[in-house]
Amino acid sequence: MLMDRYTLLQKIGIYAAIALFLTFILLPFAEMFRTSLSPMSHLFSQPYKIWGDNFSFQAYSDMWVKVPLLGRYIWNSIYIATMVTVITMVFVIPAAYAYARLDFPFKAMSLGIFLSVNMFTGAVLLIPLYRVMRTLNLLNTYWAMIVPGVAFLIPTGIWLLRGYLEKIPKELEEAAYVDGASRLYTLRRVVLPLATPGLIVVGTSIYIGAYAQQYLFAVTFNQVAELQPLPAGLNQFIGYQTVEWNQMMAAALTGVLPVMVVFLFLQKYLVAGLTAGAVKE
Amino acid sequence: MADVTSTAAPAAAKASRKGLSEGWFAWALIAPALVFIGVIVAWPLVETVRLSFTDADLGGENWVGLANYEKMLSGAKFFEIVGRTFFWMVLSVGLKLIVGLIGATLLNAAVPGRALFRMMIMPPWVIPIAIGCIGWLWLYNGQFGFLSGMSQRLGLLDGPFEFLAYKNSAFYSAIVTDVWVGTPMVSLFFLAAMQGVNRDLYEAAWVDGAGRWYRFRRITIPQIMPVIVSMALLSAIWTFNSFEIIYILTQGGPRGGTTTMIIDTYKTAIGNYKFGEGAARAVAIVVILGVFSLLYLKVLDRVNKHYGVK
Repeated sequence: MLMDRYTLLQKIGIYAAIALFLTFILLPFAEMFRTSLSPMSHLFSQPYKIWGDNFSFQAYSDMWVKVPLLGRYIWNSIYIATMVTVITMVFVIPAAYAYARLDFPFKAMSLGIFLSVNMFTGAVLLIPLYRVMRTLNLLNTYWAMIVPGVAFLIPTGIWLLRGYLEKIPKELEEAAYVDGASRLYTLRRVVLPLATPGLIVVGTSIYIGAYAQQYLFAVTFNQVAELQPLPAGLNQFIGYQTVEWNQMMAAALTGVLPVMVVFLFLQKYLVAGLTAGAVKE
Repeated sequence: MADVTSTAAPAAAKASRKGLSEGWFAWALIAPALVFIGVIVAWPLVETVRLSFTDADLGGENWVGLANYEKMLSGAKFFEIVGRTFFWMVLSVGLKLIVGLIGATLLNAAVPGRALFRMMIMPPWVIPIAIGCIGWLWLYNGQFGFLSGMSQRLGLLDGPFEFLAYKNSAFYSAIVTDVWVGTPMVSLFFLAAMQGVNRDLYEAAWVDGAGRWYRFRRITIPQIMPVIVSMALLSAIWTFNSFEIIYILTQGGPRGGTTTMIIDTYKTAIGNYKFGEGAARAVAIVVILGVFSLLYLKVLDRVNKHYGVK
């Protein structure tokens, strides 16, 4: 469109600014990649050298030997995040529907209570949370990392999904309802299919939250090496004498690659979905 | 439906069904989530309040009344930490919003390659925070890190500089990392909001001869203001409670230079096993954030009214 046309100078300015922005965003990744290719001797050479002719992918094969459980850690991260997402959605969908559609006593107040959970993080409640986990016999299991993750993601999930459900035309539900369908049947067979795009966006956001914050609960509530997620497992590259920086970076990059690739492609739907959903009001 | 003789009956049944059960049905839908949060968040919160009145440690606990609070409030250190926490929050959130807004505007510009650029800002958001922090830890390394090394090569520094070894540089380094972690999400939310703005508004202004900057200032900003304001609150709460970034980079050091309230709480309770004193600090965080959020929501309400959002 004519309105969107830029002069050459404007274009150069925009690209330069984007380049600067992306440099800031991607610099740590570039440096992690460069480090993963460097032999340890290069990393510790003085003066500082960016590139050497002895770069190789050696660390990418050494890392599996140095930390035999690495594959397990990568898998654990994905598994924990997936479980957190599924369980969170099971709690979020009915609650979000209630807030989007129904009138009931203490509606605003109970929603306020949910949203105020956002003010706490695991770090504030760690001691009593530890005791709760111990009472429920969940310490040193996957659940020790899944259960608190779910609790802290439910509020955001309800808030986001409510925005979508409010946008689904009421008439369809009322038609089903008048036809004698039960409320639960209407929710399952009419509302949820229509809300699929919203469910995907909310599920994706929850997954990102669950994947991003696995460190604290893992190092506090779980001592079993086989169950650790990747961020905690990377500690094993830190030895008594030296830190195997190149292997640690190689392992970190390899570990996040599968999830990152999925999200890079989901980004388009995420942005489109955020537009359609909660962001509007 | 075909039964003509009893048209009134279904309507009446519907009304009674609705009137009797809507409230119960709603609560049945909410109850699982509420109970879950009750056990995992609310109960520990109540426990935290109780512990704050005890001298709980690994050995046991005795009721000590307000002693923990008196001790906490009597030292100058606590207020220094509160001040630092607010400075941390305001600076970091401000930068996230500004950088995020600039980023969103750039990513919204109609230039070739836009779809690719939008993908490229995702990584800091979707990887585990702890892993991003490891990357920054290495960047900040004075002997072998990129920032110190490059600065020496370019002649900006005479010798190695340990970014995380001095109070001020450690604080601002942690801010940069926090902004790096938080900006992509802020950018994408702003971008989504910008795309939700009705194009007719821009076209009308364009026809009237309004320039880009004018359109940005007078259409984009007011239209996405509700998103900016609610994002600011969420971001402020998260930044206030930002734990992993500071803990992995500096553990609150050097000499307390990056100790915010959440780090102080963690170190008191977990590091020194003073559960009671730690709990008092946790309560302080909750009270401060609660008051802050209420004040903010008042402002939000006014902003929404001002911009005509229901």
